[in-house]
Amino acid sequence: MKIVLEHITKRYPNRNKKIGGLVTAVEDFDLTIPDGKLVALLGPSGCGKSTTLNMICGLEDPTEGKIWFGDTDVTRLSPEVRGVGMVFQSYALYPHMTVLQNIMFPLENLKGADKLSRDEMVRRAEHAASLVQISELLERKPSQVSGGQQQRVAIARALVKTPKVLLLDEPLSNLDARLRLTTREEIRRIQRETGITTVFVTHDQEEAMSISDEIVVMENGVIRQVGKPQRVYDEPDNLFVSKFLGTPPINVFEGHVERGQLYIGTERVLDVFQAPDGPVTVGVRPEGFVVDADGPFTCGLVAVERMGRDTSVVATHDALEAVQMRAIVSSDARVDTSASNVRFRLRPEKTRLFDAQTGQRIHFVGETMEEPAEVMAREARAAAGAPKPEAGATA
Amino acid sequence: MNTRSMKGWLYLIPAIAFLGVFVVYPLFDVVVYSFEEGYNSASQTFFGTGTYNFSYVLRDTYFIQALKNTFILVIITVPLSTGLALLISVGLSSIKKLQELYQTIFFLPYVTNTLAVGLVFMILFQKTAYTDGFVNQIIHLFGGSSVDFIDGPYWAKMTVMCIYTVWVVMPFKVLILTSALASVNPDYYKAAKVDGTSSWRIFYKITLPMISPMIFYLIITGFIGAFKAYGDVVAIFGTNLNAAGMNTIVGYVYDMLYGDGGGYPSYASAAALVLFAIVLTITVINLLIQRRSVQTS
Repeated sequence: MKIVLEHITKRYPNRNKKIGGLVTAVEDFDLTIPDGKLVALLGPSGCGKSTTLNMICGLEDPTEGKIWFGDTDVTRLSPEVRGVGMVFQSYALYPHMTVLQNIMFPLENLKGADKLSRDEMVRRAEHAASLVQISELLERKPSQVSGGQQQRVAIARALVKTPKVLLLDEPLSNLDARLRLTTREEIRRIQRETGITTVFVTHDQEEAMSISDEIVVMENGVIRQVGKPQRVYDEPDNLFVSKFLGTPPINVFEGHVERGQLYIGTERVLDVFQAPDGPVTVGVRPEGFVVDADGPFTCGLVAVERMGRDTSVVATHDALEAVQMRAIVSSDARVDTSASNVRFRLRPEKTRLFDAQTGQRIHFVGETMEEPAEVMAREARAAAGAPKPEAGATA
Repeated sequence: MNTRSMKGWLYLIPAIAFLGVFVVYPLFDVVVYSFEEGYNSASQTFFGTGTYNFSYVLRDTYFIQALKNTFILVIITVPLSTGLALLISVGLSSIKKLQELYQTIFFLPYVTNTLAVGLVFMILFQKTAYTDGFVNQIIHLFGGSSVDFIDGPYWAKMTVMCIYTVWVVMPFKVLILTSALASVNPDYYKAAKVDGTSSWRIFYKITLPMISPMIFYLIITGFIGAFKAYGDVVAIFGTNLNAAGMNTIVGYVYDMLYGDGGGYPSYASAAALVLFAIVLTITVINLLIQRRSVQTS
């Protein structure tokens, strides 16, 4: 089922009555979720992602805008009519019921023509349980199964009515680190097997990047960027997205462009042809640094850390936004650990320029592996306004 | 014994001393008194030991009346007050406007003096040669004839007593149940809503099991509290409860000690032990039922 969110806005009355007025949780949210895809709503807490999920679910009504499931306008429909299954962050498993009773609960609500026989309910519940591989736990109470298993029970309960849309609110946040890895693969597997259009909310960018077909990065109620995870990582539209994605995070410097040259501090560090002159914010991915004794970029050396296959160089620089920067370099790179400085060369395809004021991306020739001609063509297309630019980028 | 636990015991000494002198020793003494026959409180002598005190109390018509009154009070007021409190709490939790105001109103009886409330009830229900109370005026309005609720027939007095008890114990129950309802994770309701659960089914299948430990707590404390009824009865019917036929077990115990026909600590102790046995039995039964039916998470 394709989901279309059409200019969704959600405003709440301010909780603090003294201030009063309205708080905008989600603003002009415009998104199409293709049928059968796994999409992550990603953003820091309070960015409106859970509100958006609740609106897709039908637990909350949008103040403005429309929601379409396929060709049906579901904006004012209640959740059970929409045909959604939802997994809550707390799982919301009824503690006084067994796993089987929990999974059967939605089926028992069916009335009239949809009413099922007891045997049919058990059969469907067992089928849902086998899908998430908890068949042997059916007689237990939720408190008698592990956190990861509770998660699966919650998913089984959401799937038992064969919903058209599956919604998951922070599905992994209550699990320990190791279980998170396996469970997210499990969610991916279940989603592939059932082919149900799935939307999940997370603040963990790694989680979102690892399993989703598409990620939607949100900040303060607006979409910052939508796209395939790797694409959004490589080609962030703005500084916020570039900083939000990636561990270790992108290293951010103040710099300026002068006649096609990028300066950080007084050093001329990179050719950035066609970038306009003026102050810029420079983001360099940790893997964007190459240790080079003749490199143009000098940083104060703090430490060299070797962890498994990665070697990271921890360094400082006056123009750095954070206190320290981290570069992940090839393990055969030679760094003189006794020296006070380390010199780098920057990889252009890992270096991103942003407007110092607005944080919007500034393109330059050579920033992608693409040929310059391709870049020009893409920009020409963008300038012609053919595909819609990612919504909300200006807010 | 190591220093740590020595310290612990040291801190406990004041509490143990007070509890020992004022709770444990009297309890023990009550048992002793109840088996001492013909105890004279003036000379502090007795004839012998045995179970005569118990057989006297159990044959005393005043005690039988008190027992009957107490049981009627318990059986009517505990379910009624708990049920009504549940109804009010659910209502309170589902309204949004002025919720705090209503909560305060429902809590008022809890902070009001029992005797003052008793006086108000007396005025509401009374009937004298000259005036009718508010309740009787209403009865008149519907064409009935007035009843003396305070000094009249037994059932009328019992009705007032039950209404009064329910009214007095309600605020505590409402308070407990509203907080129990508020502590249910709203995700349960959201999940139920996503699955299209009807509100009655949500209440019956989710809310009720979730707050059932609190309901059982209220039932058990309600039983104990109602069995110990005394002050409320005095507030409405005065101190001569035997004459009014409205005595309770605790009232009987008190009368045996200090009432007009008082000065019989042995009979009082025996009656108190009978009450203890009843409350213990009922509480054990309650706990057994609870263990079987209340869902633990």
